[in-house]
Amino acid sequence: MIVAQGKPIAEVAKMIEDANKILVVGCGGCVTVCLAGGEKEVGVLASALRMLRKKEDKPLETVEVTLSRQCDPEYMDQLEKYVADDIDCIVSMACGVGVQFVAERFDKWVVPALDTKFAGGALEHGVWGERCGLCGECVLHKTGGICPIIRCSKSILNGPCGGSQDGKCEINPDVDCAWQLIYDRMKSLGKLDKLLEIEPVKDWSKSRDGGPRKVVREDVMIK
Amino acid sequence: MKSGSRLEKLLNQGEFVVSGEIGPPKHANGEIIREHARKLKDYVDAANLTDNQTAIVRMSSIASAVHVMAEGLEPIVQMTVRDRNRIGIQSDLLGAYSLGVRNVLCLSGDHQSFGNHPTSKNVHDIDSIQLVKALKDMRDEKKFICGEEIKENEPRFFIGAVANPFGDPFEYRVLRLEKKINAGADFIQTQCIFDMERFEKWMEMVRERGLHKRAKIIAGLMPLKSHKAARYMQKYVSGMIVPDEIIERIEKADDPKAEGVELCVEQIKHLQKIEGVAGVHIMAVNWEEIIPTIVEKAGLYPRPKVL
Repeated sequence: MIVAQGKPIAEVAKMIEDANKILVVGCGGCVTVCLAGGEKEVGVLASALRMLRKKEDKPLETVEVTLSRQCDPEYMDQLEKYVADDIDCIVSMACGVGVQFVAERFDKWVVPALDTKFAGGALEHGVWGERCGLCGECVLHKTGGICPIIRCSKSILNGPCGGSQDGKCEINPDVDCAWQLIYDRMKSLGKLDKLLEIEPVKDWSKSRDGGPRKVVREDVMIK
Repeated sequence: MKSGSRLEKLLNQGEFVVSGEIGPPKHANGEIIREHARKLKDYVDAANLTDNQTAIVRMSSIASAVHVMAEGLEPIVQMTVRDRNRIGIQSDLLGAYSLGVRNVLCLSGDHQSFGNHPTSKNVHDIDSIQLVKALKDMRDEKKFICGEEIKENEPRFFIGAVANPFGDPFEYRVLRLEKKINAGADFIQTQCIFDMERFEKWMEMVRERGLHKRAKIIAGLMPLKSHKAARYMQKYVSGMIVPDEIIERIEKADDPKAEGVELCVEQIKHLQKIEGVAGVHIMAVNWEEIIPTIVEKAGLYPRPKVL
């Protein structure tokens, strides 16, 4: 999933300081799962913003709604009835994708309430870790299911570098060395010989370096 | 002869080579590099010019190499893959060769979080092994990374890579060295050796795989100025092992600097006896001026001539 984290409330308050009435939009997808932008977080953010503004003697009116997803035009339709003329600003609590879908659809000032962090998963309750670099061409079959693109601090394809010690990365003792993990895994699978092959330079044009990407599936398109 | 560099020739002659290292300055005047080069040139066969080491902005290694050459010392240009993509790297290699550089050492580069621009973006378009292969393909296949032919005047470098016998996973370190040699490394400089026992174990594995016959292994050394520096490396520098005995020896000495020199000389003499070690690389960080003393005391002065 896309893992996101709420921006500091003061930061969001600053973004909407000129608004009298805002629409706070949650998302029922990834950010609900990672406890950053679901229905509950919408309620918390809206009331915190109202309280802050009350203290400043500049009351704020809020409308709250949480869509199943913000990354799909189908659900955007459902948002339409909430986007009234008197809404000065829409606060999206989705990832960066949702914020943009809202902004593309409505002629309103749209601001993000979250920082979109990475593609990852839950490691334990309250802890999420990055797992995918979204490079556009998966290499996990070569590395025992551990991604060197995003889990190695230097994205080394023929690792590990000289900074790997005691299983940890040189940048921080809390960070596992991806290549130690890859080595251990390949060893336990009896596939160490695969690591002796030199992995050639990567085609980054399939990643963001090729410009904004699009997936077109004609087989499922409705003509 | 692959590159015709002095370093390559001396290694082929079977000489026990000595290289030094010069850290470029954090300003735009090359005089300090020239001064170091003048002091070192009769005592080392070549000198590394570091490439923004520890990710701190310094004068470029290629520009620094030009200063060094002007003083008659042969440079080994370090090139990391941290700050440039494959376009920038190949362009700089063409430029370096045109200016007379013949030795290049390929590295990943310290992560930018260690340096003075921790909020910068790192590149890592290619990795250090892919860089070694790129240098080899440019020289031997006359091809750029993309496969396009270099029609004339291909850069013909003596290709260096690094190896860290003190990094983990230890068992894989020799296999990764083999990968680097398979990719095209002609010479290898190791991480600074303090744990001689582990280095010997590593060299044993290197010999088992016959790697010392396929590339020249040059042992890295760092003369210690004080026990504090040693303790710092032991605690905070990842991929380094500094045994307590060494730190205590420097700490207890009446003259720590003299003891540091003495230790380094002992290490050199020991390394000379290890089969497969083709030379030493002395990294006297911020202490370049001590190198002549060490070389002389180790009985490695005068330096051999190219035959």
